[in-house]
Amino acid sequence: MGVFIAIVQILDSTIRLSVPLLLACLAGLYSERAGIFDIGLEGKMLVGAFAGAAAASVFHSALLGLGMAILISVAFAMIHGFASITHRGNQIVSGVAINFIAAGSTIILGQAWFQQGGRTPALQPGERFDAIVWPGAEAVRDVPILGPIYSELISGHSILVYLAFLMVPFTWWVLFRTRFGLRLRAVGENPAAVDTAGISVAWLRYRALICTGVLTGVAGAYLSMVQNGGFVKDMTAGKGYIALAALIFAKWKPVNAMFACLLFGFLDALSIRLQGSPLPIIGKVPVQFMQALPYILTVILLAGFIGKAIPPRAGGVPYVKER
Amino acid sequence: MAQAAIELIGINKSFGAVRANRDINLEIARGTIHGIVGENGAGKSTLMSILYGFYQADSGEIRVGGQPASIKTPNDAIALGIGMVHQHFMLVDNFSVLENIILGAESDALLKRSIAKARSELERLEREYGLEVDPDAIVEELPVGLQQRVEILKALYRGAEILILDEPTGVLTPAEADHLFRILKQLKEQGKTVVLITHKLREIMAITDTVSVMRQGTMVATRETRKTTVEELAELMVGRRVLLRVEKGEAAAGGVKLAVKNLTVKDTRGVTMVDDISFDIRAGEIVGIAGVAGNGQSELLEAISGIRRAVSGSVMLDGKPIDLTGAADPGELRDRGLAHVPEDRHHVGLVLAFEENENSILGYHDDPRYLKGPFLNIDAIRDDAKDKIAKYDIRPADCRLKTANFSGGNQQKIVLAREMEQDPGVLIVGQPTRGVDVGAIEFIHKRLIAMRDQGKAVLVVSVELDEIRSLSDRILVMFAGRIVGERGPETTEGELGLLMAGVEHQGAAL
Repeated sequence: MGVFIAIVQILDSTIRLSVPLLLACLAGLYSERAGIFDIGLEGKMLVGAFAGAAAASVFHSALLGLGMAILISVAFAMIHGFASITHRGNQIVSGVAINFIAAGSTIILGQAWFQQGGRTPALQPGERFDAIVWPGAEAVRDVPILGPIYSELISGHSILVYLAFLMVPFTWWVLFRTRFGLRLRAVGENPAAVDTAGISVAWLRYRALICTGVLTGVAGAYLSMVQNGGFVKDMTAGKGYIALAALIFAKWKPVNAMFACLLFGFLDALSIRLQGSPLPIIGKVPVQFMQALPYILTVILLAGFIGKAIPPRAGGVPYVKER
Repeated sequence: MAQAAIELIGINKSFGAVRANRDINLEIARGTIHGIVGENGAGKSTLMSILYGFYQADSGEIRVGGQPASIKTPNDAIALGIGMVHQHFMLVDNFSVLENIILGAESDALLKRSIAKARSELERLEREYGLEVDPDAIVEELPVGLQQRVEILKALYRGAEILILDEPTGVLTPAEADHLFRILKQLKEQGKTVVLITHKLREIMAITDTVSVMRQGTMVATRETRKTTVEELAELMVGRRVLLRVEKGEAAAGGVKLAVKNLTVKDTRGVTMVDDISFDIRAGEIVGIAGVAGNGQSELLEAISGIRRAVSGSVMLDGKPIDLTGAADPGELRDRGLAHVPEDRHHVGLVLAFEENENSILGYHDDPRYLKGPFLNIDAIRDDAKDKIAKYDIRPADCRLKTANFSGGNQQKIVLAREMEQDPGVLIVGQPTRGVDVGAIEFIHKRLIAMRDQGKAVLVVSVELDEIRSLSDRILVMFAGRIVGERGPETTEGELGLLMAGVEHQGAAL
């Protein structure tokens, strides 16, 4: 039974760790499907995390924090759009610049406003999103097998966790069942076809980036207002890049993206769980190795196991009318 | 004369210093097929893009159906009943036919209803115009002829009364082109107006009612098609008399230069594209290979020039064997006097981002003439490039200009000059005049004949039957990877067409 409980606990933390990846990955999916590479997911998450925690702590409202996280993150997405859509700049350079601005400005503003070495004040109850306990979760806790699954895995997460997983079918529906989704996919494959069909390429791509900004904002808010009780500098710690890797691994498909993010989350959860505990046969493994494991596996998975990933064909190329 | 569908009055358009359209006046009658001809860069496509709202004219007026029209975006054009089939199809390759057709003209925010409506509308259009295509097929899996049909359906679905086609036959096989013309005639019978942009005069003569000629941004003439001739149109296009059929004497064929025996080549997917082919080319003759694109000609060229490895077979160059199944590479073949002008000059023949002089020695850059010790001898290379520019009349005559900035015909001349000036014994040319203007075609054909008369062996692969017939001393027809017939230059187009369609081999092929 101890092994079962351990597995449930690992899966539970898999879900928690997957959420920011999943939100960022879906965010990237909107922009890359529209033909805009977005290496700035990391930066947008970071400003979202900072804005969310700062606003929540100042206004004593989790919802206001979330709103601010989304607002600032969308604003950064619009900067990316202004550089890469309106001015046809290099999307990678613009994305990298956003990451730098995000990393620097969050620390400077945090220090200037709160004088806690770049941190925001620890969030109080009511300023965070609390876990939602599903009806009957406590009652069934002791029921074998199903009890822990219901009370640990399904119940007891914050609203943002459920939101993140609901975004998967929703994104699929938007992409493949709506007019907006059809046009969004088309503009990522052949913007000239969209242009000659009488649709504005720029406006369509801006709208895709707004979707990206909203989702990275939520991802950031999750990091600083759910997973952690406040903003800590560089708290995204490369999750934006892992999300991009997951996006490629998922071949730009929403449901695949969920499984890819769960896999990366699982590796992360496993490495935390196994830290310090000796493994059978191998013995004790250095902490550093366990921490590096998810990244090593990322490289191996991306290099060898996904086969050929065909990105949206117009990805990364600014749209210029011919001649 | 019937009422005008479109009137263009005093249209001007400049791109920077280039005046693409100067004071254009044009009237197109309703229910006719109107041709617009001109060389590449004459301003045809610009004019049509203005009509379709892709560009804005600097000045001038457009009237549609007698009413002044302001066309600022393609949407305005679509609303006025103008549809356009672009030279490069504006299709999303991995979408289905239906998805492509509704894109931008969805009737509903949800796809299900839009697609259902489009499906029934498509069935009606198919019945009415004989435009059959599987609505659920993925576009990239369709042959180009059908992709073009999807473009036409797209325009008709949006209610187009005026259909503009920009170089529609450039990518089509002769049979597909004939089919397209039947469709266009049917559209005309239903009262639609068709505007056909092309530089192929034969098509103009075959299908249009009236024709306008453009040269260097101006509209030089409009004629009734049945009252004009190909010669007159060619002269109007180029501004001087043009020889449409190369003059050449009898071939004085000598000994065998290149002997291909039992050559078999597979493509990257592992499909056999060249199937046990044997033929000889003798000194002083041009052998032409005709065939519908995709019947193995490309793979044959690539194998003989050493770009693609052959599976089996032997090739003798000047009586000495070449191992095309293994070690041979294009450099070695070049050293042995086999020069190759590839089919696809943009991807294989040139580095477009390089200066002209760099491209003019590419592949021969190890030649001591171009070297100074371990370094390139820049002065020698540029002098050499200037000589070639003068000899081949490459314009603009600037060896420092980026190759991408030359027109298609001049780019082709750069490749030809590079390969011909090495004085090879065997010259292999793929699609010598694809995307090349009438004036430059004449020049290229003359050079190829001159090579032959110097006693070189020349192999020409082309999808243009006119070109094959006027250049070749012997014509080999390829179908499904095999040579299905050999004919002399006096053969008819009909006879070649039947061979190319594999009619004689139908039993074996199907």
